[in-house]
Amino acid sequence: MSLVPAANPVPTANPVPAVDPVLSVRNLSVRFRMRGGREVAAVTDASFELGPGECLALIGESGCGKSVLASALLGLLPRNAAATGRALMGDLDLLAADERTLARTVRGRRIGLVPQSPSAHLTPVRTVRSQLEETVRELTGVPRAGLRAAAEAAAERAAFPVSHLDRHSHQLSGGLAQRAATALALVGDAPLLLADEPTTGLDRDLVDRTVDELRRHADAGRALLMITHDLAAARRVADRVAVMYAGRIVEITGAPAFFGEPGPRHPYARALLDALPERAFTPIPGMPPELGDLPAGCAFAARCARASDLCGTLPATTDGVSCHHPVARPHPEESSRA
Amino acid sequence: MLELSRITAGYDPRRPVVRGVSLTIGAGSAVGLLGPSGCGKSTLARVAALLHRPDSGTVVVDGDPVRGARHRATREQRTAFGVVFQQPRLAADPRMRLTDLIAEPLRATGRRDEAAGAVAALAGRVGLSAELLGRRPHEVSDGQLQRACLARALVLRPRWLICDEMTAMLDASTAAALVAVVEDYRAESGAGLLAVGHDRVLLDRWCDETVQWDELRLEKSPSGV
Ligand code: SF4
Repeated sequence: MSLVPAANPVPTANPVPAVDPVLSVRNLSVRFRMRGGREVAAVTDASFELGPGECLALIGESGCGKSVLASALLGLLPRNAAATGRALMGDLDLLAADERTLARTVRGRRIGLVPQSPSAHLTPVRTVRSQLEETVRELTGVPRAGLRAAAEAAAERAAFPVSHLDRHSHQLSGGLAQRAATALALVGDAPLLLADEPTTGLDRDLVDRTVDELRRHADAGRALLMITHDLAAARRVADRVAVMYAGRIVEITGAPAFFGEPGPRHPYARALLDALPERAFTPIPGMPPELGDLPAGCAFAARCARASDLCGTLPATTDGVSCHHPVARPHPEESSRA
Repeated sequence: MLELSRITAGYDPRRPVVRGVSLTIGAGSAVGLLGPSGCGKSTLARVAALLHRPDSGTVVVDGDPVRGARHRATREQRTAFGVVFQQPRLAADPRMRLTDLIAEPLRATGRRDEAAGAVAALAGRVGLSAELLGRRPHEVSDGQLQRACLARALVLRPRWLICDEMTAMLDASTAAALVAVVEDYRAESGAGLLAVGHDRVLLDRWCDETVQWDELRLEKSPSGV
């Protein structure tokens, strides 16, 4: 399931599934047209695949384009944005689908969204039970008489206590609000779960519990795309990691190799890990470039210790890494190729 | 020295979120306060920064007892503190350009003429370009806005810094960058620090000492969360 499966010699924890991918994204780009004719390249040329039972963590700093990518998959881009490329779920291209198709067959049914701030996602004037029942009614054929039981079953799937179903969202702790939102996301039995910063603002043990629950849903056969800036959460849940920088996926690789040995190969990804307090705690100098004013070559060049003249041109993607001078793999036959 | 003694505080006197808490920070030292969300540690941080008046208990700043919060404390006491919160968007006036945001405390204390020089020096320190300084909050990222909020907290050269979950919303590199700015400032100024957070690894790495919220409480507080 890696970008170039046959050429990836790093052992990963996830065996390559022999089944069709749940989601296949090819050369996805998103452009925003701003006033004065300016164009912002929010996402450029993103490609990845995601299989059933697999979790891909999309990591990067705020403003790197990862949330825009999620919006593009859901058909929720603002009016001044246009997406190109393909995002296939089976025969359906999410980027080409009209709003009616997206509303009726994609959101909630093919893609379950676990939102960034669950309390904002839950309707404050209604109980969790009434929202769950309505979602069950909309997305499944359960008859009226069966709604109550179906809503309770949905709550249980997300480990939301049935005893709390008659509460309103503001009466829930952060952890329970997150579970209520997850329960809603699971109702339609969507093959793809998309979690956008699901752990923001949660304490560490709640982060752990939240991502463990998401992992459980992946283990039950769903594909999970988790967008996060929280590297510890990504490490805990992901089979593979995709690192975004200035709108591009600069590295995509197996999570054990990424967080453990030999570590990331892209200089930005390595520097990002080194900034963690449990590692060197050293910041990357400078800041990312503006997405409306990207350099012609590698967008990381101004901050990169490995940059050379060559980096004034755009690096190709080889073995899932977009860099002219990636950190060599320990195997000699591989490092000579870079 | 910053001494908080037997502080009880909250937003409803019948249900204080902080109850009988004491904490002392030696001059120039850095204390991390670790606790789960909703435990009352942010309220205590606001009391320590003289932004919130406790229902009972005393705050003594460098030997000088505080009589009240906000404008009831002396200007000398209030300006001894720089504060950075978790969510920069809630802490920044959306109409202000970043340069004015950073200079705001100088203007509020009648030192408008120092603004240009101070902002230029701090912008370099926190890594904001001249172009970014001219933007308004909605035109910058969370990380860029938090850099401006940190610069604002430093502009009066405080003797004490209170950082309440300063890096919780930020990526690893921006978090490390802002902590490095705080530590450079402390090294040169001798300022003390109270860093409130829920990430033990971060606080242990950042501070001289990390204390746990539960260890501070003399009585159980009914936080109810
Ligand atoms: S292409 Fe060059 S500048 Fe970009 S990350 Fe690789 S070495 Fe650094």
